[in-house]
Amino acid sequence: MPDPLLSIDRLSSGYGDFQALFDISFDLQQGHVMGLIGANGAGKTTLFKAIMGLLPRSKGTVHFQGKPIGGAPANTLARLGLAMVPEGRRLFRSLSVEENLRLAADHGRKGHWDLGKLYRLFPILEEKRHQPALSLSGGQQQMVAIGRALVANPHLILFDEISLGLAPVVINDVYAAMPDIVGSGISAILVEQDIDRVRKTADMLVCLREGRKALQGPTAAIGKHDITVAYFGE
Amino acid sequence: MTTLAETTKRYARPDARALVALLLVLAVVAAPFWAGRAELRLFSEFLSFLALAVLWNLLAGYAGLLSVGQQAFVGLGGYALFVLCAHAGLSPYLAIPLAIVAAGALAAVFAPLLFRLDGAYFAVGTWVAAETVLLVFAMIPALGGGAGMSLPAASVKAIAAGKELRESIIFWLVTGLSLATLLGAYGLLRSRAGLALMAVRDNRLAAASLGIDIWRTRFVTYVIVAAMSGGLGAVIFLQKLRISPSAAFSLNDWTVMVIFAVVIGGIGRLEGAVIGAILYFLLREMMADLGAIYLIVLGSLAILVMLFSRKGLWGLVETRFGWSLMPTERKP
Amino acid sequence: MASLLDPILQGLLLGGLYTMFAIGLSLIFGVMRLVNIAHGDFIVLAAYMAHAVLVATGWHPLATLLIVVPVMAGLGYALQRVVLARTLGDDILPPLLVTFGVAVIIQNGLLSAFTSNALRLPSRELETASLALGSLNIGVLPLLTLAVAVALIFGLETLFARTAIGRAFRATSDDPETATAIGVKTPHLFALATALCFATIAIAGVFLAMRSNFDPFAGPARLLFGFEAVIIGGLGSFWGTLAGGLILGVAQSLGAQISPQFQVLAGHIVFFLILAIRPRGLFPKTA
Ligand SMILES: Nc1ncnc2c1ncn2[C@@H]1O[C@H](COP(=O)(O)OP(=O)(O)O)[C@@H](O)[C@H]1O
Ligand SMILES: [Mg+2]
Repeated sequence: MPDPLLSIDRLSSGYGDFQALFDISFDLQQGHVMGLIGANGAGKTTLFKAIMGLLPRSKGTVHFQGKPIGGAPANTLARLGLAMVPEGRRLFRSLSVEENLRLAADHGRKGHWDLGKLYRLFPILEEKRHQPALSLSGGQQQMVAIGRALVANPHLILFDEISLGLAPVVINDVYAAMPDIVGSGISAILVEQDIDRVRKTADMLVCLREGRKALQGPTAAIGKHDITVAYFGE
Repeated sequence: MTTLAETTKRYARPDARALVALLLVLAVVAAPFWAGRAELRLFSEFLSFLALAVLWNLLAGYAGLLSVGQQAFVGLGGYALFVLCAHAGLSPYLAIPLAIVAAGALAAVFAPLLFRLDGAYFAVGTWVAAETVLLVFAMIPALGGGAGMSLPAASVKAIAAGKELRESIIFWLVTGLSLATLLGAYGLLRSRAGLALMAVRDNRLAAASLGIDIWRTRFVTYVIVAAMSGGLGAVIFLQKLRISPSAAFSLNDWTVMVIFAVVIGGIGRLEGAVIGAILYFLLREMMADLGAIYLIVLGSLAILVMLFSRKGLWGLVETRFGWSLMPTERKP
Repeated sequence: MASLLDPILQGLLLGGLYTMFAIGLSLIFGVMRLVNIAHGDFIVLAAYMAHAVLVATGWHPLATLLIVVPVMAGLGYALQRVVLARTLGDDILPPLLVTFGVAVIIQNGLLSAFTSNALRLPSRELETASLALGSLNIGVLPLLTLAVAVALIFGLETLFARTAIGRAFRATSDDPETATAIGVKTPHLFALATALCFATIAIAGVFLAMRSNFDPFAGPARLLFGFEAVIIGGLGSFWGTLAGGLILGVAQSLGAQISPQFQVLAGHIVFFLILAIRPRGLFPKTA
């Protein structure tokens, strides 16, 4: 088997004195989608930030494309091909839609995705490209956040709760882009509250509970009951 | 065998501390009977500087109000004393409490405006406020304008007829007010109000959710600190018998040096202010003739502390030996 | 009424200089929420530097900009990378204190090196040249100062609004963490902003030195004028900073009509008036 795209070994992290993650390990293969699930406060966002270099890692190692990336700042990881769609979208409020995207493209890698292809994926963004980013609807803002990750042409995107606060129809619109994204060769880790949706999209699952890994395996091998147990304990 | 740390801990018990404080007060009261003029001057200067340091520490280290304009209140207190004595014919004994009130009132006027500036801009705003007060006093011909004025002989005599007794009384006034400030600050920090202050400083949101009125807490702190600074200004210039705008509203004397001392000693803790004040006076006595160099050294020290050891010298001592003489420091 | 026309005009011209003092403050506060207490002292340092260049080369004062601007910009870049970067964070005390320390060091360093004697950059014919406008006289140097200030404001506004680096500045100001996560090198970007700020400081220093005497302790007043201009104009807008500078200049100029002592005081009073009636300044960023 080739080197995994992302390999995490006994990773611990937290906020100051508060430890939020304990000894997390898993591998993600190139081209795969992993579902990361767990109750509120389980540590999913923290794990993303620790991988992304936004939080200090107190212990453990992270390898990306076979190379250790411990201690590297987030901007270096971004250039290596790691991107995040952050929880709450976090668009730049003083920038227009297109400026948000262009900034990401300027600082990203060259490749399949550019502004033109993105506007074909989300036509509404082209229509509103000169508007302030925060003037868009929630679903459209989420498209900008996803677009911001895509136009950097990363190898791996960390999606953090992209359906949070959106109406079900809108969620469908957003998720409709997933096949195109994965089809372009990008791997993904998906944090999502809607388990059924995760099961449809992900090749493998990792479940966190109170900062620890409670379950891991190929999606097909994991039943509903296993997930319930992993979520809430026995 | 007891270690040094254990010994210190035992001595640091509250009753022992009260005893130490009492002895200190007695020594100060008796000082004019055994110390020379120069020593008395130096000692009262030291105590009033320490009091200003503790006040600034209270303001910045606890209430999070980074003022660089405390000279406004020291100077106003001084001028209030001179104006009330020279132009209203009041006795200095009456003028001192009025100077305290005047400085507090000035702070109460400035606070609602300055509190609209956030963080670092608040700091520069307090500086503008102090410059404004300075300019106003420099413009009044009856107060000697930029040249300043002396305390009229009649007012000086009103303190006490004999020179020796007068100097002793002034010494007691300066040291008494300084010690009162120190003890008051210590008491405040151990009281409920002190807890509220630290809560505001450590976490505004949490403090608000505990029902603490943040604006009011900061306002009251700002006004009280200004009032006490005014009182100190009054007695400091009473001892000098002369006042001028540049001396009264000196940014260097009443704010910059004070801030450097607090930061080098350790901000957010009373011991830090004490250590910083002692260090400042030692440096000053040793390097006074070096003038500019000595200020450069102090400035560099303050920068180094901020970059490499934010809790200051006392913080270093504390981590190393686990000492705490006055358990009032804020928990991180 | 006609007698007020001249002081107002002179005030506007003076406001050009105050705008120069303010631009850099406005810039680095906008990008990284930093207030540099030594801002005015760096202006004075630049003035001394220009003086040294002039003495060494005999160039025209304006030509010293060729050396002073890049040197100051480099100094700003290094200062941010080596010193100020370590102070950025939630606590505002460290940057404030460190720049306070730097201010004291610059003042006393200049005092040791150059004594407290006032210096000036003799700008030859530029100093006395003036244009007649009806009954009014407009000094060429003050006019040039105002023109350069407006050009700087326009340049920075364009840089921020239309260029890639300007987008990065704005994004980092909005949300440094997310900007880093999409690949912006924030330490480098902050240092670039500081370098840009110091370039404006260099220009302000040279124009200050051509227009008036300066000494090692002239810095703090320049900081306060710049600060007042920023607050009067409103945070987050360069055009606001220009407006603030002009208003401050006019206020001081009108104050000086009452009595010379009243000049600076009048500026302070307008500053507090604005704080009282429009705490966010006249033209705050609308967001
Ligand atoms: N900025 C923070 N500071 C301190 N603790 C935090 C912070 N953010 C999250 N936490 C804590 O870390 C734990 C994990 O949070 P998070 O990773 O956000 O969970 P999730 O994304 O799975 O809902 C929680 O206990 C949360 O309270
Ligand atoms: Mg989360």
